[in-house]
Amino acid sequence: MNKTNGTVTTVPYDFTQSPRIDKVGVEERVSRFQKRSVKNEMKLQGLKMALNMIDLTTLEGKDTPGKVKQMCFKAAHLHDVHPGLPSVAAVCVYPSMVETAKKAVEGTGIKVASVSTAFPSGQAPLKVKLMDTKFAVESGADEIDMVISRGRFLSGDYNFVFDEISAIKEACGTSRLKVILETGELITLDNVRRASDIAMHAGADFIKTSTGKIQPAATLQVTYTMLEAIRDFYEQTGIQVGMKPAGGISNSKLALHNLIMVKEVLGGLWLTNEWFRFGASSLANDVLMQILKAETGVYQSSDYFSID
Amino acid sequence: MERLKILKTYKIYIGGKFPRTESGRYYTPLNSEGEAFGNICLSSRKDIRNAVVAARKAFGGWSERAAFNRGQILYRIGEMLEGRKSQFIEELVIQGVSTVDAKAEVELAIDRLVYYAGWCDKYHQVLGSVNPVASSHFNFSTHEAMGVVGIIADENTSLIGLVSIIAPTIASGNTCVVIASESKPIGAITFAEVLSTSDVPGGVVNIVTGSKEELIQPLVSHMDVNGLIYSGKDREIMKELNSASTSNLKRIRHYEHHWMEPKSQGLHFISDCTEVKTTWHPIENIGGASSSY
Repeated sequence: MNKTNGTVTTVPYDFTQSPRIDKVGVEERVSRFQKRSVKNEMKLQGLKMALNMIDLTTLEGKDTPGKVKQMCFKAAHLHDVHPGLPSVAAVCVYPSMVETAKKAVEGTGIKVASVSTAFPSGQAPLKVKLMDTKFAVESGADEIDMVISRGRFLSGDYNFVFDEISAIKEACGTSRLKVILETGELITLDNVRRASDIAMHAGADFIKTSTGKIQPAATLQVTYTMLEAIRDFYEQTGIQVGMKPAGGISNSKLALHNLIMVKEVLGGLWLTNEWFRFGASSLANDVLMQILKAETGVYQSSDYFSID
Repeated sequence: MERLKILKTYKIYIGGKFPRTESGRYYTPLNSEGEAFGNICLSSRKDIRNAVVAARKAFGGWSERAAFNRGQILYRIGEMLEGRKSQFIEELVIQGVSTVDAKAEVELAIDRLVYYAGWCDKYHQVLGSVNPVASSHFNFSTHEAMGVVGIIADENTSLIGLVSIIAPTIASGNTCVVIASESKPIGAITFAEVLSTSDVPGGVVNIVTGSKEELIQPLVSHMDVNGLIYSGKDREIMKELNSASTSNLKRIRHYEHHWMEPKSQGLHFISDCTEVKTTWHPIENIGGASSSY
């Protein structure tokens, strides 16, 4: 089911009453996802799926148009010597690089996502955040990755966080909005659940774990908690919300664990890059190396793959 | 009542740690008198994979160390080996070597480490060259480490064959993944215990034990291994080395030495594991009277 634009206002919701999370239970559950044996055909299929769900990301102060162009080229030509590979889902850049990225991926079907709202800290007035977002949208961003105000959230000002997200949602227009919770700063899983609920009710199309600037980032525990929130929200409202774990997912094994978790918590409906993404910069090469290992039977070397 | 002897379970050495094999298997080799002398890990291809990853990770730091410091560390290995001489002799004896030969083997291994320790900061000068060229360039060649080197150690000796290849390999900054002698693996693992206590960074030397037949293929075909050294005479293994290593054109070195002989050490064992890099550095007009090269 597609999401209607705007904020969900029909369901009155008291965010102080968000479900509490049983941390020990979550850890138990998560440890089981890591024990699945994924081999051969199934592994290959999973790896290709993971590849197609990657948001190839560069979010550094030293980013230049040249660096962004190079990354966009990589997004479209992951490993040309091996035909039949999917491309990644999107590239993720700063607003100032959106125009460059948009031009670079033209005609490839790869989307351009832009972080905004004073990423990564989010410490700016709403006016600035709205301008930041509008600038990115006008430059052609298909997706906006916003950060929530963690300080306000932690001081219990949930309405402020809610209003902010819905204001940004409005500024996004037709671009899809991903809401970054920065779970590394939310401390508890209870907070992660609450922030997920706030974001979804305020109109998020995606909820995303982290900026990638704070450790820990997308742990399986956090992702699991957010997936459960998505499932409950879907059951209550019928609105499908996407999930994007970001940061710290640098190897194929972890990516496969994530896919298994999505399948078992949310079901197959979410297993497309329309509803699930990985925010990562070095994951793509590892997945590629694993795909080639699976197909050739020979362990691969990063010497023969593009530099991240 | 006679005491029940405990058969030690020897673990493998990867990334500076002593894990059990990923496969959980082991084998119990017997000496010439039919006695079991230890439980040895029967490693799998995944252990090789992990070892190569560890070796690759260690390569940058090890090859960038000052040559003098590498020499110090090799010397340190020799020192530590000296301190545990009696244990090595004992272990060689239970693997079927006579006491006299065992003593000679351990002492030679120590001497050989000291020998290569000395070469660490000298081989550059001896092997490197400044080359005459007919253009305005200062042209020089240096010998650089190859990267990750796969080593299939001597089957007939437990210690000396292993040390005689590892020492020159790491002297120039390579890191290595070693498949130990299948029938006499204890020297290799106890040597790993020496390495882990002698300032050698984790991952520089990785040692796995197990079936050669099983382990050679994943090591030899591995794209992240840059060179291979085989000590032995098995034509089947040579064939496999030559065919499976073509994917990334690894350098293959093959030694049939009897490692106890004095001629089985030398500078060429170091140069065998290096790549020559030649640099053309632009200089002023070569025709001038004051120019040299």
